[in-house]
Amino acid sequence: MSALSRTASRTCCMSLKFIRPSSELRTNDGRSIRHVERFNGRSYSSTHVPQVPTWEPVPEDQLPPCTSIPPELVDKLERLALVDFRTKQGVACLEKAIQFADQLHVVDTCGTEPMDCVLEDRALYLRDDTVMDGNCAEQLLQLSQNTVEEYFVAPPGNIPLPKREERSAMLKHSEF
Amino acid sequence: SPAGRCGGLEVHAQINTSTKLFSASPVGFSAPPNSLVSFFDASLPGTLPVLNKQCVEAAVKTGLALHCSINTKSFFDRNTTFIKNRYACSFQAGYQITQQRRPIAVDGMLTYSLLRGKKWNQVMRKCVHIKQIQLEQDSGKSLHDDVQSQTLIDLNRAGVGLMELVMEPDMCCGEEAAAAVRELQLILQALGTCQGNMSEGQLRVDANVSVHRPGEPLGVRTEVKNINSIRYLAKAIDFEIQRQIDVLQRGGTVFNETRAYDSKSGETIPMRDKEGLQDYRFMPEPNLPPLVVYVDEASLPAGIDASQAVLVEKIKEALPELPSLKRDRLVQTYGILPEHSYTLVNEDGLVEFFEAVLKATTKEPRKVIGWVTNELLGHLKQQDLSVSQSLVSPSALAELLELQEMGHISSSAAKQVFQEMTRSSGKTALHIIQEQDLGLVSDSDQLHNICQRVVDSHPNEVHAIRSGNKKVLNKLMGLVQKETKGRADPVLVRTILQEKTL
Repeated sequence: MSALSRTASRTCCMSLKFIRPSSELRTNDGRSIRHVERFNGRSYSSTHVPQVPTWEPVPEDQLPPCTSIPPELVDKLERLALVDFRTKQGVACLEKAIQFADQLHVVDTCGTEPMDCVLEDRALYLRDDTVMDGNCAEQLLQLSQNTVEEYFVAPPGNIPLPKREERSAMLKHSEF
Repeated sequence: SPAGRCGGLEVHAQINTSTKLFSASPVGFSAPPNSLVSFFDASLPGTLPVLNKQCVEAAVKTGLALHCSINTKSFFDRNTTFIKNRYACSFQAGYQITQQRRPIAVDGMLTYSLLRGKKWNQVMRKCVHIKQIQLEQDSGKSLHDDVQSQTLIDLNRAGVGLMELVMEPDMCCGEEAAAAVRELQLILQALGTCQGNMSEGQLRVDANVSVHRPGEPLGVRTEVKNINSIRYLAKAIDFEIQRQIDVLQRGGTVFNETRAYDSKSGETIPMRDKEGLQDYRFMPEPNLPPLVVYVDEASLPAGIDASQAVLVEKIKEALPELPSLKRDRLVQTYGILPEHSYTLVNEDGLVEFFEAVLKATTKEPRKVIGWVTNELLGHLKQQDLSVSQSLVSPSALAELLELQEMGHISSSAAKQVFQEMTRSSGKTALHIIQEQDLGLVSDSDQLHNICQRVVDSHPNEVHAIRSGNKKVLNKLMGLVQKETKGRADPVLVRTILQEKTL
C-alpha cells in the first residue's frame, strides 16, 4: 500500500515546476526550448518544455527495490476497488505498474515546492448564489445506459469475492 | 471499572443557500429525482467547479460565531477514499471535494449549558472545542432494490454545500452531546447558515465514542452513524458507552468499527458494509486555486474585485445576536429566571412573541413569562404548532393580560378565556368574557350570599379556622370560586370569608 500511496502523492504533485533545465530533457531534435509564460503579473522563465514527447528509459538500478504484493494486500485491494486480479499474471502486472511509477522517484525535486494547481497564483473566482443551472434531468438520463423512472441505475455495489483461502489456492495454481 | 468516557462529534451542516457549493443548480428537499442536477453535479467530462461565494461567507460566519480562527488562505482537496459500501456510488466523480490540509476555520469553542436539578433550574456551563470547520460537497442518494439487486441514484443532493464541524471528545455522556448539538443548532439557525432540521438531513451527526479508565489514554473508539434526532443522539451515545463498558468488563475487546443506531431497538449495531476496509486517501484538488478571504477592505490587494472578496471583519460586524447573549439579555432586561430564558430561546419566534406582548401590556415581565412558557407554549406543543402558527397573537394575549391586570377577570377565568382564544381565531378576550359571562364577580351582595352558603354548609372547616388553622380558609375560598366558576374577586372573597369565620 505504501508504494501506491507514494506514487499517488508524487503523481499529483507533478507539475511543470519539476522539470528543471537538465540534460535529460531535450526535444528529439536536440533543441532546448525557452518557454516564458506570464500570468497574474508574474513570469516564469527558463522552463524547458519539449515540443514533442521524449522518451528515455531509467536504468533499473536507479529505481527503489521492486514492490511485491502479498496475497493479503491483493485481497484488500480487490475488495476496495471491486476489481478482480484473478491470476498471478494480474498481480505481476500490478507490480510492473508500480515499478513504472517508481521512475518518478528519480526526478530530483530538492528545493522545489510542490504545486497543487497550475492556477494557484490566481484568485479563486467566487460565484453569486443565483440559480442558473439544473432542471435537465431528461438530458442527463439520456446519457445513462440504464435508468428506472427518473433515477440512474448503478451496478450492484458488492461483487462477491472469493474468500482469502480460496484466493491463495487460486494464485498458487494459476500459471504464467 | 472503566469510567472515563468521551464522545467527539462530527456534524455535517447543510449550508442554507439557493445553489450548490460548486454549481449553480438549485438546492431543494424532496424535488423530483435528478431535477436539481447540473452537468457538473453529474460529473460530465469537461465540467469545472465554480465556488459559491455565499457558502464561503456562511462558513466564515459560522467560524466566527464559534470563536474559530479563520484561515485567510485555505485549500481544497479531493477525498478519494474508497469505501466498499452501499453508498460508494453516491459520488459520481469518484471523489468528494473537501478541505483536508487546511480548512477555512480552526480551533474554536462552543459553550453550551446543561439544565439540572428537580425544576431544571440549575444551569451548568460546559465547553467543547471545535477542531475545525471545513467546506465540502454533499453526496448523492442511493436507493437499493435488493430484489432486483440494483441501485437507483438520485443526484439532487450531490454537490450541496456542507460545513463539517469536528468537535473534540470533550463530552462525557449523551446528555452533554445532545445539549451541545442543540446549542449548535440554535446558533446555526440564528446565523441563518443552516436550517438545522435533523429529520430532513440538514444537520447530521456522527458520534465517536470510547471509554477509558480515569488517567489512562482514550480507548478504542467506535463511530456511531445514522442518528437523526437530538433525542436519539443522547440515547445512541449512552447505549454505546454502556455497551463498551460491558464488553471490557467481560474481558472482551472494543473494535474500531462503524455502528448504526437503530431507533426502534435503541441499540447500536455494526454496519457490515464497511468491513474495516476503509482507506483514507486525499490529494490536492487541481481544479481550484487556494481560497483566500481578506480581513477588511483595506487589506485587499490591487486587482481584486471588491464584489468578489469575502471580508472577515465585515461579516463579524454583521453577526446577529447569538443564543447565549440573547438569554443573558432576557434575564438582565426582564428579570426572568435563567431556565425561562432557555425555554424562550429554544422555540423559534418565542422571544419575539414574548417581547411583543411586553410592549402591549403593563403587566410585569415576570408575570407575563408564565403565560408565554406555560399557557401559550403548552397549547402550541399540544397542537403541534409553531409559534408563527399560533392563533393567539401577541397583541391578543396582551389584551387578555391587561384585562386581568386591571382586575376585570380573575386569573383562573383568564386561563379559560385563553383556552377559548386558542380555539376561535379572531375573537378578542373582551368578546369572550362578555359572551361567556366570565367577568369578575365583584358584586358585594352576591358574593356575600355565596360565601354565607359555603360557611353554613362547612361547619367543621369553620371550626378549624376558629381554632387557629388559618390555612383552611383557602379551602373555603376554593369552594366559593367553584361556585362562581373562578370569577369571584379573590381579594373580596377573602375579606368576606374572614369576616364570616371570625
